[in-house]
Parts: sequence; C-alpha cells; structure tokens
Amino acid sequence: MPTLPAPLQTWFAARGWQLHPHQTQMMERAAAPSTLLVAPTGGGKTLAGFLPTLADLGAAPGPGLHTLYISPLKALTADIRRNLRAPIEGAGLAIRVEDRTGDTGQTARKRQRVDPPHILLTTPESLALLLSYPDAGRLFAGLRRVIVDEIHALAESKRGDQLALLLARLQALAPGLRRVGLSATVEDPPALARFLAAGTQVLHADPGPDPDISVLQTAQDPPWAGGGGRHAIPDILAQVRAHRTTLIFHNTRAQAELFFRDLWLANDQGLPIGIHHGSLAREQRERVEAAMAAGQLRAVVCTGSLDLGIDWGDVDLVIQVGAPKNVKRLVQRIGRANHRYNAPSKALLVPANRFEVVECKAALDAVRDHALDGEPRGPGPRDVLCQHILMTACAGPFDADALFHEVRSAGPYAGLTRAGFDAALDFVATGGYALRAYDKWQRLRPAGGLWALRDPRAAAVIRQNLGTIIDTETLKVRLKGRFGGTPLGEVEEAFAATLTPGDTFLIGGEVVRYEGLNELTVEVTRQPGREPKVAVFNGTKFATSTLLADRILAIFGQEAWPDLPAHTARWLALQRQVSRLPDRRSLLLESFPHDGREHLCIYGFAGRNAQQTLGLLVTKQMEEHGLDPLGFVATDYATLIWGLRPVTDPAPLFAPETLRAGLDSWLNGNALMKRTFRAVAIVAGLIERSHQGRRKTGRQATFSSDILYDTLRRHDPDHLLLQITREEAMRGLIDFSRIDGMLARVEGRIDLRRLDRVTPLAAPLFLEPGKVPIHGHGREKLAEKAAQALMEAAGLV
Amino acid sequence: MHYPLTLGPARLHALASGALHWPEAGLLVVSDLHLGKSARLARRGGALLPPYETRATLEKLDADIARTVPRAVICLGDSFDDLAAGEDLDEADALWLARLMAGRDWTWIEGNHDPGPLRLGGAHRAQAQVGGLTFRHIADPAQRLEVSGHFHPKARLAGQARPCFLADADRIILPAYGVYTGGLWASDPAFGFLRPEALAVLTGHRALAIPARG
Repeated sequence: MPTLPAPLQTWFAARGWQLHPHQTQMMERAAAPSTLLVAPTGGGKTLAGFLPTLADLGAAPGPGLHTLYISPLKALTADIRRNLRAPIEGAGLAIRVEDRTGDTGQTARKRQRVDPPHILLTTPESLALLLSYPDAGRLFAGLRRVIVDEIHALAESKRGDQLALLLARLQALAPGLRRVGLSATVEDPPALARFLAAGTQVLHADPGPDPDISVLQTAQDPPWAGGGGRHAIPDILAQVRAHRTTLIFHNTRAQAELFFRDLWLANDQGLPIGIHHGSLAREQRERVEAAMAAGQLRAVVCTGSLDLGIDWGDVDLVIQVGAPKNVKRLVQRIGRANHRYNAPSKALLVPANRFEVVECKAALDAVRDHALDGEPRGPGPRDVLCQHILMTACAGPFDADALFHEVRSAGPYAGLTRAGFDAALDFVATGGYALRAYDKWQRLRPAGGLWALRDPRAAAVIRQNLGTIIDTETLKVRLKGRFGGTPLGEVEEAFAATLTPGDTFLIGGEVVRYEGLNELTVEVTRQPGREPKVAVFNGTKFATSTLLADRILAIFGQEAWPDLPAHTARWLALQRQVSRLPDRRSLLLESFPHDGREHLCIYGFAGRNAQQTLGLLVTKQMEEHGLDPLGFVATDYATLIWGLRPVTDPAPLFAPETLRAGLDSWLNGNALMKRTFRAVAIVAGLIERSHQGRRKTGRQATFSSDILYDTLRRHDPDHLLLQITREEAMRGLIDFSRIDGMLARVEGRIDLRRLDRVTPLAAPLFLEPGKVPIHGHGREKLAEKAAQALMEAAGLV
Repeated sequence: MHYPLTLGPARLHALASGALHWPEAGLLVVSDLHLGKSARLARRGGALLPPYETRATLEKLDADIARTVPRAVICLGDSFDDLAAGEDLDEADALWLARLMAGRDWTWIEGNHDPGPLRLGGAHRAQAQVGGLTFRHIADPAQRLEVSGHFHPKARLAGQARPCFLADADRIILPAYGVYTGGLWASDPAFGFLRPEALAVLTGHRALAIPARG
C-alpha cells in the first residue's frame, strides 16, 4: 500500500484525524485500473479519492498534470480546491491545485495549457474544451489518475455520456490512466461501475445511520391542488426557529420565489433567511453561500442548485416542500443535513396538496425501506457522439477505425454498431441527405486516409458549442400598450405555448391576463385582485418515479388509512364510495359531464411527462373517432380531457398499437418534439447556440430548428437527427416508455366508470395549470358556432 | 368547403385554401404566392430557410387546380418574392409550374415585389378584366367590382388567427396563398375603405365568414 508523505501524516496527526476504513481501502487499491466508491455524504469520500494522488505525488513532485478531478458543478470545484489546499498548504507540500471551469479567465486558461498544475479540477464541458485543442496529447500524456465526483448525478444525463467518451479519449492519450468514481446515493452500483469503465470494482463504505424523517404536521390542511406549500409557512417558521440552520428545498425556482416572498411576509421576528437558485446571479448566490458558511443564516430557501456538493457545515434540518417525485433525490437532499459522518440527518416533508400527502407518505416508506428509484439509462445517444466526433476533429485529423474502437470502450457506447458510428460520421461530414447542398453542414473531408475539418476556422465555432446542457428559452412578458409596454419579466417559452388568450397567471408578484404572443414578447394586461387561473409555471419537469407511483397505488389499496391525515383519508374514502380508487392491475377511467363539457379522467400514474403524452395521443384518437376533444391537462397521476362528446368505448382509444402509430405520426408536428429536436440539433452541432461570441437567442435557434425539423421530416425522414429525436422521445419530455410499461402492466384491463358528476379524485385536476388546447374538429365546431353567432349579431345572415 | 361570395354579376367561391374560384368563368384566382422567398432571404444574407416552401405552395396550387379544373388562372401579383426569385426557380419547381400552366390561360398580374416580365411564360399584365370584374394587385378604393391581393389579411376566430378574404359589395381582397407570409389584421385602419358590413372569410379547414369589423 502506498504511503502518504510524512509532512501530511504529521499534519493529520496534529489534528487528531484518522483515516476512515474506506479511505484506507482506497489507498490500498491505488493501482487498480478503475474503482467506484459508494459512501454517504460527509464520509470524506472526496478526500478518499485524492489520497492515492497525494501519496503518489509526494512532498516534492515533478512538473506535469497528474490528476484530473471532474465534478458536475462549478461551485463544487471551487469548494474542493479550498478543502484540498488546507492539508496541502498545511503540510507544506509543493502540490499545485487549480480549477478550470467556464468562470476561469482567458489568461489562466492559456497558462494552464502551457504549464498545467498537478491537480486540475474541472467539469465535463471544460474537459471537452481542453481535449479539443491540438496540444491535448501533450497536456494529458503524463496523466495518472482521474476522479469523477458525484458520478451518479452525471451518469443520468447526456453530460455523463459525453464524459464517458472524454474518458475514453483521455485513456487513449494516457494509457496508464487509473479511474476513480465517487458516489453517494446509487440504486444500481454495478450499472454505475460499467458506466465508469469495464471491470470497475465497487467499494462500499459504511452507509451510516438511517435519517430521522417525517411529514410536517401543519395547522392548516394542504389545498386541493397547486404546489406552493404556502399553507405550511407558520409551521415551517416554527421549525426554523427551533433549529440552527434549515435548508428549505422546493422543486422549482418559481415556487421557491413565491414561497420566499410569503415567508418573509410572515417572518415577524426578522430571522435571517436567504434564497438560492439557479437563475439568480452568481454574485448573489455566492453571497448567500458565504453567509451560510459563516453561520449567519437561519434558513435558505433553495432548489436543485443545492442538491449536490458544497459542504454547508451547520445544517441540522432539511425541509422538502412539495412531493419529492423521486426517492433518490430526496435521499440526496436529506443528506444535506448533518454533514457529519455517523450522525443521522433530520428531514421533514411538506406535501403541497392532497395527492402529495399520499406521495410524501409513499416516499417516507421508501426511504425507510432503502428503496431507491432510477430508470435504467439506454445506450449512449448519438447526438453526443456527433459532437464528440466534431471535438476530436478540432484536435486534429483522426482515423475512423481507431475512433470507433475508442468510442466503444466508453461504457454507454459499448454496444454501438459500426453502422451506427458510420451514420454519425456521415452526418458530421456531410450534414445528411437533405442538407448535403449546404456548405455550412459539410464539416469533414477525407485527408490521406484520415478525416480532417474541411475548414479549420470552424474549430472556433465548434469549441464554443461544446457541451450537452441546453438552456431553456425564455420570452419577455410585457404589458400590452401602444408604445411597447412595460416589461414585467420572463417566462419559459414552453409555458407561453400552453397559454390561451384570457388565461391569467402570476408574474413578478402580480396577476396578469394573457392577451397574445407578439413576435418575441408575451403581451399581457393587468388583472388586479383576481386569483391567477394558471398559478405558476411548474419549471423543470421532474416526473414522479415509477417506484413512487407504485407505492402510491399500494397505499390506495389499503382497507383504511389510519397513518394518513384525516382530511386525506376522508377524501380517499369518498372516492372509493362514489367511484373506486386506481390500482396497479387495471387502468381506471372516469367519464362525467361538468360545466357543459364531457370529461374523461385517465388515472395512468405514469408521471407527468408520460401523462402529458398520453393526453396528446388519446385526444388524437378521440379526434379520429369523432369525439371532439377540446383540451386536456396532465399531472403525475392523471390526465383530464374535456370535449363535446362522452367516451363510451375506451378500448380502441388505448390499444397499444394504435397509440404507438399515433405517436409516430404525432411525433411529426408536435411542439414538444420540436423542442426535443432542437436539443438534439444543438448537441449534434447542426445548429449553433453561439457563433463567434454572439449568443443566439432561444427564439432564433427555435425558429431555425423548427424549420429544419419540418424540412427533414418531409424530405429526409430517416435523417440521423430524426432517428435520435425519436429515440429521445421514448424517455425524457415525451417518455413513451412509461405509457408502454403501464399498458403492458394492465394488459387491456381498462375500467371505464360513467358518473353523473366530478369525482373527488378528479376534482383537483380542474385547478391544475398548463392546460393544452386541441385544435381539431371540436374546436372547428365551436369556431363555426362563434362565426354563426357573430354573423347573427351583426345582422348579416 | 367554400363560402359563396357575390361581386356584381359574378357568383364566386372563396375556397378554404385561400384561392378564389369562379365556376361559371372557369377561373381560379390566387394571390401573393411569394415563391422563392427563402432564396431571396438567403441572397440578402438573412436566415437560411430551406427552399421547400416553394414546393409546399405549389402542392397547394396543384390540389386546387386538380379540384376546380380551371380554364384560366390569374395570379394577383407578388407571385415571386422578387424578379430574381422568378428567374432562379429550382429546375424541378419550374417544370412543375410549367405543368400546371400547360393548356390554361395563365395571367401574371404585376405586384410590388415582382414588376416586369418573367421567363416562365403566361401573360403579364398590370391588371386584367374578366366578365365585368377587374383583377389587380393593390385595391383601388376609387374603383368598384375589383379583385385584389397585396395586404395578406388575417383575422381571429375562437382564439386562432387565420388568413382571410375580405369582401364587400365593391371588392374582394384575397389572403396570401404562399407559405411563409405575415399579415395585416382585418380590423386594421388600412382597410377603412371597406363597407361597414364587409365580411372576413377565414381560410383553414373550411371557409368561415365573420363580420370583418369584429
């Protein structure tokens, strides 16, 4: 076993530090080609990852890059640098540690390439950039170790697929490279090990004590729908007062903002409370982080921006507002409290509505049972591969055979066929059949048996577009007026697309009425004193996981609900009395008239994205069967459709083949599909998000990507990017795989209940935001009626 | 599904596609095809739209001609986005257009985007007279019994905006037939010369009439 440098041992001893068993084991395995360490938060796993490096470098190392540390968050690299510097400087070791992220200045970047530090801390995107330069071979030739932190978080997204390809590239440049993965919460360690490298060994640290977790009892009952959790503010304030430091997690930024505003109004003791989320300016976030680290804040209202990483010291309570949607994320958040080894974390859940009361109970049980959710990730997507080929070409001419074998050594691409690889290469080289006429998409040319960039100047643009994180596009909201109108703020484009004129929503603390879309601007008028119809946009979509949905259905199956609050137990009992509760065995549908329209409620429990897709597909079938649907709304649990005629024979609407056929044709014109295509096209390098420093606005990119999408669909339906878009559609925003899973589970057992009015379970759906209009025969009939009425009113008939 | 319109002696059909059909005269009228718009934008260094909108417009025209089998066709101007677009038309598109024109009396009215003659054949006129009606690009409020285009009128019904015909006892203004075209609301003051009882006939799934003044 390698030994730590003597000064470092002395420094540790002076502080009374002793290595944890898993830290010692990591030292013992220093020579292993690839190791995955699974250890709880606060277990010193990052140090465990670095110990072999510190031992190898010794007190006076020679020059050259030795270890690369990769984390999903920029903030994490800065934090790790501080944490590493303490022992290195304390022990007087001549080891240089630097970070390199999007925030690193130009001068520092250049110097790092010429004279690299011993340990470089970076993100996948910055690593891609480093590897895109012709001098990458020289920079990384002496690299000995690579550490991937929070690897479970990276492995869930395209960032992880890209990272796997980058690791393969690094391995080719530095054949002796040793890989280390660090992870806290992981449901399938062997799968994550395969992601890191073939033959990775898994090391489990002592998981520590179970968390102390419960549902917060509130004086006021949660509302029927919505997600704010504002009914719980007095009770949450009482908890903040009773603890040193509390993190209050929300699922979306909008909810965090609204909650924070109301929390301040109720905060009559003036407790120091801050807010932290991804769309706040970096300076503001850093101020909050600094105040937090200094112990000056009693609470921080936050979102996923604090899910990972940074050590917060004194947090002794985590509150999750709104259903956690995903057990793994909940466990991660709970781990933010008591960042000390062997101390239980304390957490409270605050369901924001009645459905969430049940979901929180299900999540609580899952945490106690150590059940983690996670959908297995499919093979590595080829848009990421296209970008990787472009990046490789930026660094210099490459051999297609060699690159193919290198790519296959990356976990997610182990099953890639030569034909699949060649298709990606052909797209990068020519743009594909329909676009072959355009010079701008012909990127590569053959050069003496190798492939090279056709125009070396293109490298700058390619570098600017590296990375797989796609920003959401936003539209400005303005008060409608003759002279441009007052700007109020921004909403996501996808949210704007769901609005119909007359809808009211909340922005910047005031209620406005949607009037229409004018070019890039959402035009609104003020509607003071009205409750918003569309409360808040739900932000990024975290769909309730299959594991949680199944547990909710299991709770529904109980005889009685003594462990649920009385209001929720009564609600479920009433539903059982007037209709029935959904279960796993069958698909419950309820059909009832309400407010002059016919309604169909589909309790699929497939998660918000899949329920939304189901809404689109079923309304399409209804359209074809002359049932005149007018619109629908989807939640994690159900889809509610309204229209002009009742559904009496549901079987043809839900036949899996029909839905799948419908998916194929619907994939064509749909806005979600266009969004998916846009992301694919950006990652694959078909469209640019940034050109020579000028960042395209989302709208510009959307405009050209929509037209490209329509063009490819009509003239080259087998284009690689359309194939990728269809593959993406099976998961993510469209998530057809969960509809498939649900239909396979119920095996045609569809139970339609015809009722004379709204049922208790369906009622909250009427209050949901995000209604989607259907432009079909139903609406056509309404338009005809409206035209008739207008003509009669004008006396023109 | 068409909407019947009467202008002087003529009984006309406003088609849901945006074309105007005069069955008794065997005449089909379309306006503002804007063929070659993407090519023009590309020449000007603007957005690089794929050149397929020309085909989409031709497909629509092909379908209308197949259904109405007109003896004569009048294109009311701005048929091409500019003169160069007319000259640069893709070979396949030019052949397609030639096939549609074959055996018909085809008239190109000059528009503000495409004045002057073109290589594609057909007659070129500043305006045309058929059966007591005048066909020109831009409406002339001083005249009666005329059919024109140019404005790309559109109107809103049940929350959706659609291109529309505008019609009163004096004139009919056609919607733009081309694909990538913006428009002017039927309620715009620019249409102040229309009679108060003017109709807006919306295009789309079927032709629907509403009062133009909303």
